[in-house]
Amino acid sequence: MAVKQRIETIERNPNERNKDFNEVNLGYTQELAIEEAKRCIQCPIPTCAQGCPVGIDIPGFIKKIAEKDFEGSYKVLKKYNSLPAICGRVCPQEIQCERSCVLNKVDQPISIGALERFIADWAINNNIEEDILPEKRINKKIAIIGAGPAGLTTASELSKAGFSVDMYEVFHDVGGVLIYGIPEFRLPKSIVKKEAQLLKKLGVNIFTNIPVGLAIHPKELLEKYDAIFIGVGAGTPKFMNIEGTELNGVYSANEFLTRINLMKAYKFPQNDTPVKIGEKIVVIGGGNTAMDAARSALRLGADVTVVYRRSENEMPARKEEIKHAKEEGVKFQTLTQPVRYIGDENGNLIGIECIKMELGEPDESGRRKPTPIPNSNFVIESTVAIEAIGTNPNKLLLSQFKGLELNKWGYIKADELGRTSIEKVFAGGDIVTGSATVILAMGAGKKAASAIKLALS
Amino acid sequence: MKNKILEKRKLAYGVHEFWIENPTVSKNAKPGQFVIFRLYENGERIPLTISAINKDSFRVIVKAIGKSTYELCRLNKGDFILDVVGPLGMPSEVKYYGNVLVVGGGVGIAAIAPIVKELLKEKNNVDVILGGRNKEYIILEDEFKNANNIYIVTDDGSLGEKAYPHQFMEKLMQEKKYDIIWAIGPSKMMKACSEVAKKHDIKIWVSLNSIMVDGTGMCGGCRVRIGNELKYTCVDGPEFDGRLVDWESFEKRLNQYREEEKIALSRYLQEVGEPTWL
Repeated sequence: MAVKQRIETIERNPNERNKDFNEVNLGYTQELAIEEAKRCIQCPIPTCAQGCPVGIDIPGFIKKIAEKDFEGSYKVLKKYNSLPAICGRVCPQEIQCERSCVLNKVDQPISIGALERFIADWAINNNIEEDILPEKRINKKIAIIGAGPAGLTTASELSKAGFSVDMYEVFHDVGGVLIYGIPEFRLPKSIVKKEAQLLKKLGVNIFTNIPVGLAIHPKELLEKYDAIFIGVGAGTPKFMNIEGTELNGVYSANEFLTRINLMKAYKFPQNDTPVKIGEKIVVIGGGNTAMDAARSALRLGADVTVVYRRSENEMPARKEEIKHAKEEGVKFQTLTQPVRYIGDENGNLIGIECIKMELGEPDESGRRKPTPIPNSNFVIESTVAIEAIGTNPNKLLLSQFKGLELNKWGYIKADELGRTSIEKVFAGGDIVTGSATVILAMGAGKKAASAIKLALS
Repeated sequence: MKNKILEKRKLAYGVHEFWIENPTVSKNAKPGQFVIFRLYENGERIPLTISAINKDSFRVIVKAIGKSTYELCRLNKGDFILDVVGPLGMPSEVKYYGNVLVVGGGVGIAAIAPIVKELLKEKNNVDVILGGRNKEYIILEDEFKNANNIYIVTDDGSLGEKAYPHQFMEKLMQEKKYDIIWAIGPSKMMKACSEVAKKHDIKIWVSLNSIMVDGTGMCGGCRVRIGNELKYTCVDGPEFDGRLVDWESFEKRLNQYREEEKIALSRYLQEVGEPTWL
């Protein structure tokens, strides 16, 4: 079967985009989107939809694009996904919907993510709003703790069903990882703001700057609300805790990215929050967070090296992100593990002592286990190091929620519908699974919303 | 409206008292906790200790040391703070101990005020040392009048005894047995007091003013080594046993943005002129 080649989206030139924080991928034009949509063969049993954690009717929305009915397409999308402009940009489609596309057998899969994004952007630019008011109001109150992807989705689903929803967020803006973690060049914050505004129009009451657990006691929430959804994420960074972790210039990726994304430290001194920018910045880790930190550091004008203890094959980051990072000039030093930070007399980082690694037998994760090569130590000169080696559950709230059962890693114990050890309390997203993806958190939020609807009907 | 400045009073040069309307904070705050302020859209997030509460409002006492605190001190009654997050941090472990010594230095005096009040409610015998550079910086003296003893020391001897707080503390400890100590003030003072407490083998609580961003445990910027453990000041503290704090790295971390702080302040002063409001 002759299949037309996949239509690529428009990307900015690497040497131009690595100097600013503007979006890298410019998406499709109308013509390109229609052309790509026409490649979809409209499978009667769409395997792509099975690969989507929120089960979007993918052939349905794509068919409408091919027919040039963008508004109709948007309506199909929004039935399943409350944040399409975000998901179209940040989902790892290559392991989800696009991996399940039947075209993989003959050629490249349909560019589902880019089409989703195209429609969502088109709707935002044309001020299209779905018919948002619920058919009936239900006299039940729901509290959502945390305004990240899981909480935003739950709030939207329950509000559309007619529940009265109050959302509590500890930061000054909603979005969670979408605003403090994922950089502007992958996800413009204006898009997160617009999606949040839609939530307000749905009637969700958003309370920012509220540390639940300290500003509102869980007991009070349990008295006041018919159900509670906890979606506070896996926010606490891990450190390798090697010698010199306290030195100035050593950051967690969370801190570095929060300074850059949420506080816009790259605009210092126009914005008040500073960030250390060394000539040479080393990022430790191989996940998406490491790629985001490395590409952000590059945009501050630094020479950036990613240090990873396994080889590039084992890197958990999206292939596309690794490719983007390389195109922009990030260097990679694999099979390398830091063992000690070296500081000067003022407590500032000046170098990182590393050891070379080799890969042994596969471990429980199925990846080949790295082991140090004796006497292979060497020093990388660097004044800024960013650790992106994962997160732990944030204890700010969990330590206050008595009786809430946690698993052995300290995350909330919840079943597949988000039910926890406390009857009225549901949970989903990273606080249940540990660090995962935006769309999985949204999927969890959606399931918890159905479980809450069921429990309260 | 939330976060309105209800009262403002100058306590000393560059030291101002603010009462901010915010029922969420005032109804939940306990001694030892703090808030985070962001003054305007491009502003940074700065931590400030809650030093008193009254119905729908709470008090912070601010010392102007850099751009954001200069800017805050320039605000007046009727103005608003854009973002106030709190209460944050673990409350002080206030209970009955017996004889308690509480040391406050400079604006640290504001931080010890609510702790002393609660310690007295728990029927402790509380001795208080207030220390300052000179007599102008001995603030809020009235709020300690219920303490069993109150001692004042100044660096220049302009009020009370001419001594540093830790020196006076050492003197008191020669004569009297204390069951626990609190010391809040500049890190130099807390470090010196901790050394004295360590020598006498008595637990001492200090409140660490680490550099913070979010204040909710999600960035680790405020990390500090306590004994052999890495702790986050914002969620594990801000109070720790001063005998276990790695003071050397703590103090160096406080200086990490010294150059940027200078740039921000001089730029601000160029914009607004002489800071006559301080």
